[in-house]
Amino acid sequence: MIVANPKPISEILDMIKDLKKILILGCKGCVTVCNVGGAKEVGILASTLKIARIKGGNPVDITERTLERQCDPEYIAQVKDIVHDFDGVISMACGVGPQFLSEAYPKQRFFPAVDTTFFGGAVQHGIWAERCAGCGTCIIHYFDGMCPIARCSKSLMNGPCGGSAGGKCEISKDVDCIWDMIVRKKMEQGRLDDLVRFKPSKDWRTARDGGPRRSIREELVI
Amino acid sequence: MSDLRSGSNLEKVLKAGHFAFTGECGPPKGANLEHLKEKFMPLKDIVDAVNITDNQTAVVRMSSWAASTILIQNGLEPNFQMVCRDRNRLAIQSDILGVYAMGVRNMLCLSGDHQSFGNHPQAKNVYDIDSMQLIALVKKMRDEGKFMNDEEIDGPPRLFIGAASNPFADPFEFRVYRLAMKIAAGADFIQTQCIYNMKKFREFMKMAVDMGLHEKCHILAGVTPMKSVGMAQYMAKSVPGMDVPEALIQRLRDAGKGKVAEEGIKFAIEQIEEFKEMEGVAGVHLMAIEWEHRVPEIAERAGMLPRPKI
Repeated sequence: MIVANPKPISEILDMIKDLKKILILGCKGCVTVCNVGGAKEVGILASTLKIARIKGGNPVDITERTLERQCDPEYIAQVKDIVHDFDGVISMACGVGPQFLSEAYPKQRFFPAVDTTFFGGAVQHGIWAERCAGCGTCIIHYFDGMCPIARCSKSLMNGPCGGSAGGKCEISKDVDCIWDMIVRKKMEQGRLDDLVRFKPSKDWRTARDGGPRRSIREELVI
Repeated sequence: MSDLRSGSNLEKVLKAGHFAFTGECGPPKGANLEHLKEKFMPLKDIVDAVNITDNQTAVVRMSSWAASTILIQNGLEPNFQMVCRDRNRLAIQSDILGVYAMGVRNMLCLSGDHQSFGNHPQAKNVYDIDSMQLIALVKKMRDEGKFMNDEEIDGPPRLFIGAASNPFADPFEFRVYRLAMKIAAGADFIQTQCIYNMKKFREFMKMAVDMGLHEKCHILAGVTPMKSVGMAQYMAKSVPGMDVPEALIQRLRDAGKGKVAEEGIKFAIEQIEEFKEMEGVAGVHLMAIEWEHRVPEIAERAGMLPRPKI
């Protein structure tokens, strides 16, 4: 899923300081699963903002809604009758949400409530970790299902570098060295030949480096 | 390894069978030419080539290519270091052409320390290619006369290709295979990480010799003299992939006040003496960090002088 972190309240307060009537829009997709932008978090953010604005002598009127998803025009359309009744709209979806909303309603202003971080999953309750860099050409079959592009700090395809120590990355003892895991798995399974094979450089055109990307599935295009 | 690939002094020394001796110079944090000269001039005629570091530890310094050309102007041979952290394949290839045109003949291909170590941790990291791919790229440019995209090069750069090896990083069992990969990718010479754990290094070299790697590539053992107990403790605890045995730290401590630096130099000299006899070791790479002016004395005492003139 797409993982996100809540933005600091002070940053959100600053974005909306001149607005009196606000819509907070949650999303039932990834941000609900990672507990950052679902209906529950919409309620918490609304209360927090209201209290802060009352305290500052500048009360704000807030309406709460949560959409099925904000990455689909069909659901974005569900707010068409109300979206212009507000001075501004805070989206609690990932970075896709405020953009789909802005494209659908060019006259309204939209603000992000979260910092979108990565594609990953929950490794334990309350902790999420990156697993995919969305590079557009998956090569994890060469690395036994582990991705050095997303998980090696240097995206090395022929690792591990000289900074791997005790299974940890040189950048932090909190970061696992993915190359340590790849090497150990292959050596344990007796597949050294596979490991020492030179991996040529990657064609980054399929990644963000090739410019903004589109996926076109002809069979689905109407 | 009879035909010269680059014609560099380092290549000639190694191919003539001499025990090579390379030094290192980190360019200054500024455009202070005098400061740069102060650092590299003590190495003149003392070492066969001088590594010029490339924003080492991810701290911004005078560019390694510019400092390398200044060394050439002053009659020293640089070993131009390039890291993959700061350049994409366009910049990498154009810098390779540029340094070669300016007279550089040795190049050390490195991944580079992650920018989080340095003084611009906010920077975007590039890593378009990795150090293994960089070695293969320099070899392709030299031997095939082609860019990465297979276009012909008008005047291919003929460089003596170096790579690094850290026998002390994990997983230890794989390190010798990674060295073999770098040699297969095109490394002509290897400079190792600073060695302090001699027992582990002997074990590593035995594996390398058993695999015949020393016959395919010149392996230079990395030496950095310890200046203080604090430096030894810092390296032991805070530098990932560095192996400093407690016995060495104790030896420095036992040397007593005012005598630690001398003890550090003594240990370095003992190491060099052992490397001269160690099977598979073709030379020493002395990284006297911010201690370049002590290199002539160390070289003299380690019996590395005079350097061969070829």
